[in-house]
Amino acid sequence: MSASAVHSLWTMAAPIDKIDAPTIEYTQLLPTLIVIGAAVLGILVEAFVGRKARYYVQVFLTVVALVAAFAAVIGLAAGGYASTEAKIVAMGAIAVDGPALFLQGTILLTGLVAVFTFAERRLDPAAHGNHVDSFTAQAASVPGSESEQAAVKAGFTTTEVFPLSLFAIGGMLVFPAANDLLTLFIALEVLSLPLYLLCALARRKRLMSQEAAVKYFLLGAFSSAFLLFGVALVYGYAGTVSYAGIADVVDGTVQTVDPALAGTMGNDALLLVGAAMILMGLLFKVGAVPFHMWTPDVYQGAPTPVTGFMAAATKVAAFGALLRLLYVVLPGLRWDWRPVMWGVAIATMLIGAIVAITQTDIKRLLAYSSIAHAGFILAGVIAATPDGISSVLFYLGAYSFVTIGAFAVVTLVRDAGGEATHLSKWAGLGRRSPLVAAVFAVFLLAFAGIPLTSGFAGKFAVFKAAAEGGAGMLVVVGVISSAIAAFFYIRVIVLMFFSEPKPEGPTVAVPSPLTITAIGVGVAVTLVLGVAPQYFLDLANQAGVFVR
Amino acid sequence: MSFPLLTATAAVPAIGAIVTAAVPAARRTAAKWLALFFSLVTLVLAVLIGVRFAPGGDRYQLTESHSWIADFGVRYELGVDGIGVALIGLTALLIPFVLLAGWHDADPQETGSKRWRPTQGFFALILMVEAMVILSFEATDVFLFYILFEAMLIPMYFLIGGFGDRAHAGSDEKAAAQRSYAAVKFLLYNLVGGLIMLAAVIGLYVVAGNFSLQEIAAARASGELQMATSTERWLFLGFFFAFAVKAPLWPLHTWLPNAMGEATAPVAVLITAVVDKVGTFAMLRFCLQLFPEASKWATPAILVLALISIVYGALLAVGQRDIKRLVAYASISHFGFIIMGIFAMTSQGQSGATLYMVNHGVSTAALMLVAGFLISRRGSRLIADYGGVQKVAPVLAGTFLVGSLATLSLPGLAPFVSEFLVLVGTFARYPAIGIIATFGIVLAALYSLVLYQRTMTGPVKPEVSAMPDLKVRELVVVAPLIALLIFLGVYPKPVTDLVNPAVGHTLSDVHEKDPKPEVEAAK
Repeated sequence: MSASAVHSLWTMAAPIDKIDAPTIEYTQLLPTLIVIGAAVLGILVEAFVGRKARYYVQVFLTVVALVAAFAAVIGLAAGGYASTEAKIVAMGAIAVDGPALFLQGTILLTGLVAVFTFAERRLDPAAHGNHVDSFTAQAASVPGSESEQAAVKAGFTTTEVFPLSLFAIGGMLVFPAANDLLTLFIALEVLSLPLYLLCALARRKRLMSQEAAVKYFLLGAFSSAFLLFGVALVYGYAGTVSYAGIADVVDGTVQTVDPALAGTMGNDALLLVGAAMILMGLLFKVGAVPFHMWTPDVYQGAPTPVTGFMAAATKVAAFGALLRLLYVVLPGLRWDWRPVMWGVAIATMLIGAIVAITQTDIKRLLAYSSIAHAGFILAGVIAATPDGISSVLFYLGAYSFVTIGAFAVVTLVRDAGGEATHLSKWAGLGRRSPLVAAVFAVFLLAFAGIPLTSGFAGKFAVFKAAAEGGAGMLVVVGVISSAIAAFFYIRVIVLMFFSEPKPEGPTVAVPSPLTITAIGVGVAVTLVLGVAPQYFLDLANQAGVFVR
Repeated sequence: MSFPLLTATAAVPAIGAIVTAAVPAARRTAAKWLALFFSLVTLVLAVLIGVRFAPGGDRYQLTESHSWIADFGVRYELGVDGIGVALIGLTALLIPFVLLAGWHDADPQETGSKRWRPTQGFFALILMVEAMVILSFEATDVFLFYILFEAMLIPMYFLIGGFGDRAHAGSDEKAAAQRSYAAVKFLLYNLVGGLIMLAAVIGLYVVAGNFSLQEIAAARASGELQMATSTERWLFLGFFFAFAVKAPLWPLHTWLPNAMGEATAPVAVLITAVVDKVGTFAMLRFCLQLFPEASKWATPAILVLALISIVYGALLAVGQRDIKRLVAYASISHFGFIIMGIFAMTSQGQSGATLYMVNHGVSTAALMLVAGFLISRRGSRLIADYGGVQKVAPVLAGTFLVGSLATLSLPGLAPFVSEFLVLVGTFARYPAIGIIATFGIVLAALYSLVLYQRTMTGPVKPEVSAMPDLKVRELVVVAPLIALLIFLGVYPKPVTDLVNPAVGHTLSDVHEKDPKPEVEAAK
């Protein structure tokens, strides 16, 4: 924007007589408000509640908040906001509609299950008589320093993880519901910043954890900047940041030109570059190739419960935002974005699956597998049909529970150095702990998309939508990369069941009911969605319409 | 609503699998008897299906239909034709023998925690495979069939990889490595085939709008559902590829010798006599019915591949030094005959092929299980390690001889009838191919008799001199199979009566009639 344009912005702005107070529909925003409110409360708890009681108060508060927010989502959906009553609230900033409520419900449930794994305190041996969780005693102390040892000795725990995760969940709730580009950006920041912090809080391997956090933060900040720049360019093109407003300008239904933006409005170059930059920001969060580089390092370094949470909930939120952007804002640009997204989806599926083959660390392996899955979901996104929306919604719901469950199992397999994530240590696990190995095998088979698991139902739904949307080529590539991906999932199963156990192999810690619940929910959802997915497909179908 | 007999036949072994798996570690023997009990109940139900099925009646009988995943247009639709009944019967019949033959194969050795229950797992997995195979013979919904087709790989995979042949040259570690290699190879081949089929299944849905075999076939026949020639061909290839991997057809066969060699003998029987039949069965049921024109288009190429399978499989069988791999290559040769019979598109050919599926199941089971008993005695799979067994263990040698003779299709034993029908049916339409295929029989005589001669006759090797003869349990396994081989060899009518009407339907699907004989038979 040239200097004169900026100048004219100031001079042409109409003088303001009075400011109308915005109307806020508190009822419809209840889920988000509950979560954010509880997060604020959680910070007060950190400040005022004694160290001994803090953990219990925080866990209780977090669980209650998430359950209450989920109840609010159900209430809204029952009130018809998912279908006929869908509307835009908070002065056009937030959409309350089927996809938003479906995704919010999914995020809240996965968040709840993830919080269970955050709260697990029986896996690590107690230090100095205090139960410890997966998080560092004192994040501010230098790894290996005396102050860290003192903090461990004093039994400090980082109970801040609970309000932090609530803030992240709050941001994730807004992300797929955001109905203008600025809200989208703010939601992105609200969900990202707590995650950057959470990544740095691992109790074991702290340097790796901090490295992961720095990488995630730097690249995340970079992608946020891209997104924000894109928002500015699109504003220059459309004269508005509201989704519906931009869509109207793209379609050409609105011809009025804001005099202040006369130099830029309607300039297609701005639209294309701006939209591409916004997409980049979202594809980064999704972990799509070529914006996936952070995924393996961050997944490996972050505390495993956080990894599970990120892999599941962040992906749900980001795909929700991506869906809304492509289906509400840019349907008029379909012929421009589809070829690009085709390329991204194909690259994501193939590279995720191929690179995963060479991995030797279970967390990195799951990271690359999550990249491949992002590719499969993109195939459904590209379908650009109502079926595409509902198939993506279903896939996200199915996938997030498998992911949380799988990472929860990873937290159980331990040796002296904490979690034994190197694949060679998993050899013969099936003989030592048949149940744990069998459960993990179920998750791996679901990832591989074997029939009678949720992974197959989801994969079938997105591939079907893609085929019907005319993307038969994508289906073929998807099927090929599924075959490649199957190879490394099966390799882990071979390792667990057919290899002889090593003498100094890891042990499987006996978890508390918290982790058992998390894993149990994962297995139950995996099998139910695999065998009888009809109810949830219906739900996703009914939820598959965006409000404008 | 009548009693859902088809569902029950598949549900009983599935429930049996769960019950068996839940038996505590110490009650190993109870688990075995439970599994046997459930397999026998399944057999009774399968016989009931045979009784209730009226060969001249509707094409699909005992049908069941329930909504399952409405969103995908998927229904839980079952129904059997004569071919299905015959194969369900074969499966239900063989499983008790497989269980009995593998009675001690999965007894735990030493390692593992208290919760490690290999025996329960072994028996439960076999029952699980049985349930899925039976249901796949019943499914008339393409999606339901696909799910079973894929899902049965998982228990098979654990059976191959988890319970290998103990008789093995070399160290335990090497054996474990070879076993898991075989299991992975089995799974990857079949999974890739299945995934390619998945693309075709989705394509079929996009074209047809639902998955019901009967609806799609009816719409195809009435001309309501038109497919572009290229679409039909691509979809056909997608389906056929998966079935050809499973069957297995040259050049997609290479997983079979590994899998059969490394698996225990009962599991090898399960692979070749039961699970692989799903592939050839599906060619008849799905490829021909859904894509008649494309099937005819592909016939010359498939016949050539089948011919290569016959000759190549037999040639390699002649050259094997390992008993189980020899049987595997013989099976590849026989699957070539089955596929040739199916795609000869004559009623004799297809009846023969179906009959062949049953007979091959019985004869391979007899040969392979006796071979398994033999191997477990000596602890070696190599032919060269044996000699003169007939002097030490005459009953074992005798049953082995009958199995070998059945494999070479001796007249009077069941496989002869089916092989003859296939050759006649093929010759009627493609004389050259029929003639070349006959060489397969000559080679079969070579590998079967040489196998017998080298292992059973000649001077008694010192290592086998103390070999005990067949025990009662083993006799109980072998005797009925041999009786069945002789019975079906003399009187195959019960099976052919069952199969012929179904074959007639299939032929009319592809708009083929039997070629007229050129010389009228003298009245």
